[in-house]
Amino acid sequence: MSIAVDLNRCQGYAQCAFLAPEIFTMHGDEALLYDPDPDEAQREKLAQAAAACPVQAILVDAVDKPAEAVPGAR
Amino acid sequence: MPWTSRPRRCPVLGDGALEQLKREGRIVVVGASLAGLRAAETLRAKGFVGSLTMIGDEPYEPYDRPPLSKGVLLGRARAHRTALPRLRSVDATWRLGVPATGLDMAARRVRLADGDDVPYDRLLIATGVRARPWPRPEEAELDGVFVLRTRDEGAALARRLDEGPKRVLVIGGGFAGSEVASACRERGLPVTVAERGAAPLVGALGGVVAAVAAGLHREHGVDLRCGVMVTALEGDASGRVRAAHLSDGSTVETDVVVVSLGALRNTEWLNGSGLGAGPRGIACDAGCRAFDIRGIVTDDIYAAGDVARCPHPLFGYQFLSLEHWGNAVAQAGIAAHNMLSESIDRLPHMDVPAFWSSQFGVNVKSVGVPSMATDILISQGSLDSRRFVGVYGYQGRVIGAVSFDHGRWLPFYKELIERTAPFPPQFPTVDRHTDGQQPMDADFPDPSVPSHGPTVTLSGYSPADRRMTFTPAH
Repeated sequence: MSIAVDLNRCQGYAQCAFLAPEIFTMHGDEALLYDPDPDEAQREKLAQAAAACPVQAILVDAVDKPAEAVPGAR
Repeated sequence: MPWTSRPRRCPVLGDGALEQLKREGRIVVVGASLAGLRAAETLRAKGFVGSLTMIGDEPYEPYDRPPLSKGVLLGRARAHRTALPRLRSVDATWRLGVPATGLDMAARRVRLADGDDVPYDRLLIATGVRARPWPRPEEAELDGVFVLRTRDEGAALARRLDEGPKRVLVIGGGFAGSEVASACRERGLPVTVAERGAAPLVGALGGVVAAVAAGLHREHGVDLRCGVMVTALEGDASGRVRAAHLSDGSTVETDVVVVSLGALRNTEWLNGSGLGAGPRGIACDAGCRAFDIRGIVTDDIYAAGDVARCPHPLFGYQFLSLEHWGNAVAQAGIAAHNMLSESIDRLPHMDVPAFWSSQFGVNVKSVGVPSMATDILISQGSLDSRRFVGVYGYQGRVIGAVSFDHGRWLPFYKELIERTAPFPPQFPTVDRHTDGQQPMDADFPDPSVPSHGPTVTLSGYSPADRRMTFTPAH
């Protein structure tokens, strides 16, 4: 699983940090730190966090990583 | 028969060509990072089913860079696990670990380092920037001297920080340098920051806000040295860095040096191609179509992300090149859309620049182009509390805003910038403290005095502004 957060959108509502604290933590009052490659066991929590984000700033894989993106592959 | 009695439909040439491009065309994307990936996804989303080739000089699938200077250095994320999420399948041929080395515009081919030639009908250039290396190669090669831009560089620096160096020297107090210093302090490592300007972030945000940044550094125990340059790095007999010499005559004993002196645009591979590309990036129109060196816009070559520079209507049509995450995403979408559109359907890239940084536990965000401004008004909060919004003015209009731990206000100011609202804002704001009653000189450094620059580069000019001299301050 890969995730990225659009921190221009992020407003520090911290919903993600409540719902999936293993992935998202607040860093200071407003800044967000996150694990860009969380454990597969967190998938359900991650889905909840992404859905709950008021500004929809959390981007999650929509497709499985295709085998094409292998280093050096043609 | 109804078939023969029907008048034969004469295809409109343009439409037919576009349909053919979508169906069986060849699109090549050079640069397999954020802009390249998002462009590829947009092309597929817009119905392009032809062949798509992604060329990247690093041997990795597209990855996200912001975590490299934050979570990775803090040990909370690993550099080799920051792959970008795939928002849809791109079904591309990937040529990773092979840099592009040349472009033949007439033959429509991209040359690769392995000798291969890749033909295209449409080309997107998203080769981005790389870290500016320490200028003296023999010193740059000392063990313990790092730059930070790529995944490998992030992993190498994080590994070294894990070993607990006795002191880290950060050369350059821009956003990246400040983030590195912040992460080191959070890990309890002694840090020295050497900045040529009067304070960290002064080139990007001006002296008023930079003074707050300097306070943050010092309060968190950074040995901040401003107005100095590092003149030489010294290694020991085993080739490991041991000290840095500063222009004020002082010496810093250090075993890790992070060179954070901005970025260089990856355009050298286009030298001699005839494309309007150089050290400032690739000149393109507002629709991301690249210019050739004669100033004629091409119709088959596009640029997006850090390497592109586009005229922006909100900022006097000056050519802006932006090293911002959001810019790469937005510009990639525009370039991909325009590549598959008739001229009348093309869209301009008019996004208001925006970026973020987090350092010393403070969330720093900005919209617009603060570095163009002359004045600042603290419209909310206060500088003393380090929780504020600063609004930037240029020639009587709002041109930018910055927030320290007050990010929720920024969309409001973004709207003011888009509307070219007057500066100072002619309304009272909530949460305005005493230091925000009056606009003041934003105190940007004289451009002729070296300091760590902003991540926005202004170049070119608007013919309408011919009689005016552009001076960011003083």
